[in-house]
Formats: sequence, structure tokens, C-alpha cells
Amino acid sequence: MKSDTVVSRKSIFPFRVKFEQRISDVPKWYPIALSFAAVVVALLIGAIVLAVGGGNPWATYAHIARASFGSVGVFSDTLVKATPLILVGLACTVAFRMKLWNIGAEGQFFVGAFGASAVVLIPLLPETAPNWLFIIAMMLAGMFCGAIFGLIPGLLKAIFNVNEVISTLMLNYIAVAWNNFFIFAIWTEGGFQMSKVFPKNAWLPRLTDLGSEYPFFRGLTTHFGLIIAIIAAVILWYILNRSKWGYEIRLIGDNPKAANYAGIPIKKHIVLVMVVSGALAGLAGMSEISGVVHRLQGAISPGYGFTGIIVAWLAKLNPIAVIFVSILFGALILAGREIQPSGVPKMIQGVILVCLIASDFLIRYRVKIIRNSEEE
Amino acid sequence: MDIIIILQAGVASGTVLLFATLGGIFNERSGVMNLGLEGMMLIGAMTAFSTTVKTGNPWLGLILAMIAGGLLSQIHAFITITLQADQVVSGLALTFLGTGISLVLGEGLSKAGVISLLPVITIPLLSEIPFIGRIFFYNQSILVFLGYAMVPLCWWFINKTRPGLHLRAVGEYPAAADALGINVYRVRYFYVFIGGLFAGLAGATISLAISPGWFSELTTAGQGWIAIGLVIFSQWDPFRAMFGSYVFGALRRLILDIQGPAILFGMANPFYYNPYYGFFLQMLPYAFTIIVLVIGSKEAVKKRLGTPAALGIPYIRGQRGV
Repeated sequence: MKSDTVVSRKSIFPFRVKFEQRISDVPKWYPIALSFAAVVVALLIGAIVLAVGGGNPWATYAHIARASFGSVGVFSDTLVKATPLILVGLACTVAFRMKLWNIGAEGQFFVGAFGASAVVLIPLLPETAPNWLFIIAMMLAGMFCGAIFGLIPGLLKAIFNVNEVISTLMLNYIAVAWNNFFIFAIWTEGGFQMSKVFPKNAWLPRLTDLGSEYPFFRGLTTHFGLIIAIIAAVILWYILNRSKWGYEIRLIGDNPKAANYAGIPIKKHIVLVMVVSGALAGLAGMSEISGVVHRLQGAISPGYGFTGIIVAWLAKLNPIAVIFVSILFGALILAGREIQPSGVPKMIQGVILVCLIASDFLIRYRVKIIRNSEEE
Repeated sequence: MDIIIILQAGVASGTVLLFATLGGIFNERSGVMNLGLEGMMLIGAMTAFSTTVKTGNPWLGLILAMIAGGLLSQIHAFITITLQADQVVSGLALTFLGTGISLVLGEGLSKAGVISLLPVITIPLLSEIPFIGRIFFYNQSILVFLGYAMVPLCWWFINKTRPGLHLRAVGEYPAAADALGINVYRVRYFYVFIGGLFAGLAGATISLAISPGWFSELTTAGQGWIAIGLVIFSQWDPFRAMFGSYVFGALRRLILDIQGPAILFGMANPFYYNPYYGFFLQMLPYAFTIIVLVIGSKEAVKKRLGTPAALGIPYIRGQRGV
């Protein structure tokens, strides 16, 4: 097979850059190294923009590193930020595997938080219910609400072929307004824009709860949600890579025509994947409400749902890799709160995503530099 | 609550959606979907406002905003056309990038205070027409009038001119266009740039005319995404885009005004007595976008037309397929 020439132009330079389509597969380490390089390039570009904006990029980066990995205490906080990111990243991973663009994880996160709160605030369970019962009920309620917000765009896509990017995005705004109604009008405490604090038995256990037995854990806020997230990642890895269903959704994503000829019910899978994706994002909302915030209020997410998209992409849609990428982005979010101007973390995330997508090209193509004098 | 005021304001704020939707139509007609409208609009709004604060010249702000939107769009063009990456992910990345950059560079702008805005004009005779005159020609920003001019111009360009024919060919059947000697890559780059110009213009329309100022991400508040919904609703036709944009603009104003009067249609107004029901009103534009998408998608299936056939598919010279 002759390789295709994609770009070849006459230039003023004494050499030419030529891209050739790869015929053989790249070695296993190559995509990982490439992603790593893309992140480094992204940080360099971010540094340039920061410098142009009048900041000191190196001080900013050093500050991010210190404020998120500098001690056991801050690393514990980083893990707290990583926990919802893992779950949201998994939500995006399962949908993206099928090339189903669920951009609504942020909204599903919010309604998940709403569902979990409803268990305590309606209340569906008496305040004296045991801790384990509360946690299970809140998990189910959060996942249920998130799943509903995944089901709607899934059905719309399956029945009317409505573009899921826009429908999931619109539902984000609807979810925020929905939560705000309950925060302002129904569950407000003393006119403030937040509900009452949940009773202690509706909290996910934290490391600091073990502080009396193990003094080392005192003050550490890492909570049980991290364990839930890691379990979810392992289960999802198994489903996606080892089950028939996982194979089918990957086939639909890669080649919908072939999947159709193979008799795979594509529409059913669209709805199902959106429901699973929504439930995972809803679980993230539950874990944040029950593990960190302990009440329903407006500001519960610094854009976890959107960062989850980048996490999933950087992890190359591998559920296990999502865990580690989430820790990195958790650090960025944690340290980002103190950085001025406040848009810096968002901008760095954007640059990273752009570099990542661009770098994918190098998996499919080889770059050749040819001197103009040389004949091919 | 005055129906004329609502419609008048609807045309004004609908102009923002109109420009963004027209940009989206050019993008998608050439076969490139650009979900980065929101990011480019924010960059445009920020550039327009900060330029005007620094120089006092809103026209300069307007032009620089368009250029900024155009430049940002070229990142998307490079990634999707040359590097053939997925257009959905790249568009999302562009929105992140545009939002982030405009937040960083727009830091502190929200305290900038009053700036000189683009002129507001009234057309002498036309504004005397009952009802319509008040809505369309009375006390509107000059950009609103630019919108009126743009719609037929874009329609004419796309449907009646030679470059417009090339544009449609590239979006429908790039391999055939290529065989005819049209440079598919160059045409796509160009119209992604045009889309960026329009998005920048839409952003500038917000910060220099419709709701002046810089309110970080709330400046656009998701209007870029609504515009993407409108592109589908419009079936890539500028006149339908105009209609959809103004309806959405009017809806936004209606939501504000409906909470005013105590009595509505002879009944007690629930939104007046419990202002918290306003949160459900806030959902309306977004819920409406979804409904509009359902309508648009159903019609497109029924009529078998609309979506450019090569939309979302990277063109690779010498490969099979469209």
C-alpha cells in the first residue's frame, strides 16, 4: 500500500515537512508519551499566555504544585477534589467510547446532588436511620436523578435523532435552575441560599473520623467517596474491556454501520449508555454532597462536569487511567482557587485539551522532514 | 408588560443569536461543525469591551473582536481540517480555551465602568409604521440594522453566487468539489474563519450594544450553545435563522417582564407572588432549544434536506467516501 501524502507544500524553507499515514500500529508506550508531551507543551503555552497577561508563570506553576502535593494534608484535599472527577470522568468515558458526546455531566452532577439531598431533606429516611442505610439510599437517589437527566437526551437521540451535544448542554442550565429553586424556595434555612446541614449519619465516613484511633489521620478530609469511585472505575474497566456489552458499544463508536449489520440494537445502546453515564455523574454529585459539602447549596462544582471531559480524553478513555488523571486535575482545581486571575485553571485545561487532540494526529501519521534537494 | 417592548427587545438581543447563528451556518455549510461558538463569542465580547475601555473607540473594539474570533477559529480549523481530528471534541476544546483566555485577559474589566457605546438610531419614516416601526426601526443599535442587512446578503451569497456554490459543494460532496478543482481545505479554512468573524461580532454585539459590560462567563450565558441549536433549527437558511433568533430574543425578555405585573390575563400572576417560580422561567430558553431541535430534526428527516451531507467528516484527499 502506498502511503498518502496529506500535506506537502512548496516553501521558502530548505526542507519540507511531510506527513505519512502509519501502516503499522504504534508501540504501546507511544500514546502515553505523546499525551505526556502534549501536557508539557500545553503548560508551556499556558506560561506564555500568563506572561503576556502580566503574570509570573513559573511562580504560578510552583504554587500549584506546592498547594496540592506539598504535604499530606493538602494531598488529602487534592484527593477530595479528585473523587468527583473520577466519577464524572468515568461518566464521560463510557459515553465517549460509543462516540456519544455527553456534555451534560455537570447537570447530571447537580441533579445527583439534588437526589441525594432529597433523601435527607424531604425526608425519605428518619434522621435516626443508620449510616449505611443513608449512604445506600443517597447513592441510589443520586444515581437515579442523574440517570433521568441522561435518559432524556438518550431518548431524544434514539427517537428523534436530536444532537446530544446540545440537548445535554441545555439540560445543564435546567439542572442548575432546578436546584436553585429548591435551595432558594423550599429547603432554604433562615433565608440563606443553602439547606440545613445534614445529620452526621448522612455523611460519608472520612479519614479524620478515625483520628481518635490513628492520630495520623486527624484533619484529613479524604472521604469514602474515593473508594466508591475507585470501585466504580474497576467495574467499568471490566465491563468495557471484558464484557460483550463493552465490546458492542465500542464497535458502535468505531463503526456504526458494521454494528448495525452485526445486528446490534444501536438505539437501545444509546439510551442505555446515556443512562449509565448520567448515573455515574449523579453518583459524583452524591459523593460531593454527602462527603464534602454536607448540605445542598448553589456552588457545589467548579465545573467538575466539564473537567471530566478532559480527564476522560487525557486518560484515552481507559477507566483505570481516569483515576490518575483525576488526581492531577484535582490538584489543578484545588490550587486554582487561590490563583489570580481566576480564569487560569480553565485556560490551562483548554490548552491541554487542544494540545491533546492535536497530538492524536501523530498516532495516525508519521512526520518526515525532507530536504528540498532530495528526490523522493 | 408591553408586547411591543418585548418584541423590540427581542429583536435587539436576538441580533446576538442571529450573528452567531449566521456564523454557524457558514461553518456547517462548508462541512465543519464548530461547537466553539460560545468560546469565540466570549473572546469577542472581551476584546470589544477592553479595546473600547482603553481607546474609547467602539468601532475599533468591534473590528478587533471580529479578528479575535476569527483567529481563535483557526485553531479549530487547523485541528479539524489539517489534523483531521474529531470536530466535536475540538469544538469543545475551543470553548474551554476561549472561555479561559477571555477570563484571564478580562480580569478586572468588570469594574471598568461606563464606556462609549455604538450609536442607537431611529429610521425617520419607517419608524412611523404602526407596530412594526416601533419594533424594528425605533431606537435600535446600529448593529441590529447590520443584522437586517446581513440576512438577505448571506442568503444571496450562499444560494446565488459562484463562491456560494463552491461553499455548498464542499459541504455536500467534497470529493466532487475537489475533482472540479476547488481547494476543499482552503474553502473550509476560509469559512471557519468567517464563522469566527461572525461569532466575534456576536460577542461584541453583547458587550458594546445589547447588555454593555463584561460579566465574565455570564456575558454570553450559554447563548453560543443556543445558537448551535438554532443553526439546526434554521436548516442552514439565513431567513429561518433570523426568525428563530428573534423569537428566542423575545423569549428572554418575556421571562424578565412576566414577573412584573400582579395580574396576568385576568388571573393572579404566580410569578409575581412567588418570585422563586422565576427559576422555572429561567429554564424556558434552554428547554425551548431542545424542543426546537426536535422540530428541526423531524423536519429534516421528513423533507430529506437540510444537513450538509459531509458535515462533521474530515476530508482526506484520495480516500473513499464523501
